[in-house]
Amino acid sequence: MSENVKSPTWKEALLDPIIANNPIMIQILGICSSLAVTSSMSTAFVMGIAVCCVCSIANTAVSITRNYIPGSVRIIAQMTIIASLVILVDQVLKAFAYDLSKQLSVYVGLIITNCIVMGRTEGFALKYPPVPSFFDGLGNGLGYMLVLCLVATIREVFGSGTWFGMTIMPTVNNGGWYVPCGMMVMPPCAFFLIGCLIWLVKTFRKDLQEKPEYETHQEDF
Amino acid sequence: MLQDIISKFAPLFEKGGLLHWFYPLYEGTVTFLYTPGRVTTGRTHVRDYADLKRLIIIVWFAVFPALFWGLYNTGDQTVSAIASMANGKEIAATSFALFSQDYHYALVQLLGGTLGADAGLYSKMLIGIVYFVPIYLVVFAVGAFWEVLFCMVRKHEINEGFFVTSILFALIVPPSVPLWQAALGITFGVVVAKELFGGTGRNFMNPALAGRAFLFFAYPASVSGTNCWIPVDGFSGATPLAQWAEGGREALVNSAGDPISWMDAFLGNIPGCIGEGSTLMILAGALLILVTGVASWRIMAGVVLGAVLCSALFNLIGSDTNPMFSMTFPWHFVLGGFAFGTVFMATDPVSSAFTAPGKWAFGILIGVMVILIRTVNPAYPEGMMLAILFANCWAPLFDYLATSRNIKRRRARA
Repeated sequence: MSENVKSPTWKEALLDPIIANNPIMIQILGICSSLAVTSSMSTAFVMGIAVCCVCSIANTAVSITRNYIPGSVRIIAQMTIIASLVILVDQVLKAFAYDLSKQLSVYVGLIITNCIVMGRTEGFALKYPPVPSFFDGLGNGLGYMLVLCLVATIREVFGSGTWFGMTIMPTVNNGGWYVPCGMMVMPPCAFFLIGCLIWLVKTFRKDLQEKPEYETHQEDF
Repeated sequence: MLQDIISKFAPLFEKGGLLHWFYPLYEGTVTFLYTPGRVTTGRTHVRDYADLKRLIIIVWFAVFPALFWGLYNTGDQTVSAIASMANGKEIAATSFALFSQDYHYALVQLLGGTLGADAGLYSKMLIGIVYFVPIYLVVFAVGAFWEVLFCMVRKHEINEGFFVTSILFALIVPPSVPLWQAALGITFGVVVAKELFGGTGRNFMNPALAGRAFLFFAYPASVSGTNCWIPVDGFSGATPLAQWAEGGREALVNSAGDPISWMDAFLGNIPGCIGEGSTLMILAGALLILVTGVASWRIMAGVVLGAVLCSALFNLIGSDTNPMFSMTFPWHFVLGGFAFGTVFMATDPVSSAFTAPGKWAFGILIGVMVILIRTVNPAYPEGMMLAILFANCWAPLFDYLATSRNIKRRRARA
């Protein structure tokens, strides 16, 4: 099927997923992990890098082998590739950033189940050559990382008064003036923030808005 | 005469006029004063004096008894809390500076009130007003700002629904809540719970409660615990509900150390959120909105029924370790936000169920949930807010089931 579909250039593959086809804001994938790891900036950042690595390499690998994978076992084949990569990333993290890998706990391992990785290998890498596939994986990883970092920035600054662990606003408990917002530390808050981000993006990019499924009553003035 | 002035200004606000951006604001003001000058153009046409604005004003009046009692009670609790403290006489004798943390006290003294144990009705009301009015003004201004902003951008009519939201929100926060937190809470309630879903009439959650839930999770120290119920620095006193959760019936004491009787709780001589104190006053309001048909008696009855059944079940089971198991329904009814929530929050016509069977189910769900949360949940003693918000999410499902059952029955008949 790859013969009659024109492959996107590497630039399109890289830039498209950052805003216009952002995995979290537009495709609404990978929500679970973005709720869990965004309470502090350092975990969000590391998680973003990990997903970038896994997603781009998995895409490349699947794309290289795409003509050899029989359709009936393609999911298993993709899972094997992704799982090996995730284990690799997990081990690297444990070796070089042990504290962070403890904070991230199971969520690095759960990149395997992250819908973005699987979605991109299934939806993109199986159809297109390795170079655009690599950039598509990277682009999606970066789009994921962008949202993660935005959410984590808001949550950490307003929830604990810090950013990457550096004090931005001294909290009351430490003798400062800022009363931390407990809501920000809770995972549901990431839901609100992601919702607001989607709202913001779709306000400025009218072309991304969905058509309403039905008309509601409009005020007649 | 007023009408002449209005009609003179009208072209300014109409399409093409200088201020047409502010048309919703103009329209809101005019219809607040007079009946609207246009008729409906759609297929439905209802001729009735009771439109949304009238309903809202009735609810607004109905909270007045609870509000006035809340003012008095805030003062009463403050005075007795100060009297119970070791340095109470010194506090009462100090004269406070207007531009300091204690500006509330300073205002009371400036207006001729006293904080001493000899404080009379005037002083107590004054203390209540000094605490309540700033909260209400801030809540009203901030909430109205968001409401008007969204209405202008979306070109909607401004509805007085906000009058009710703001007064209800101001009544379900403790008197000591910091004003900026009240502003944040109502912002969350109006923007996230109401405007994001399309504004008046389209919210699936009660905006006032959603705003309070935000405060509850964001700043738990300001709306729960022991330090927020009476606005006296350094005074620590739990609500009777929390006292019961700690030590059962015998643990209920007021700030002077005297036991609290059921009658005290019914009349409202207990600390708590501003409006939730007196069950008697809330019942007076309930009478008004029930007689005028603004609120649904089915929902209220459902809540009471659910709570009676569920609390009876827990009484029957009993527990050695959890004193809440022993709380009987009459106590549940008068403590915490049960009465206020049942009467003013659960009956919100927008976020509650719409069909008659749906209303019963909705009410019963709230009743069961509130007792469940109060009794079994170890984290917080009060459950009314969460129970109503929970049931709000279920209301559309109840309506769906009720209507589809109705359709099925009619089809079978045909």
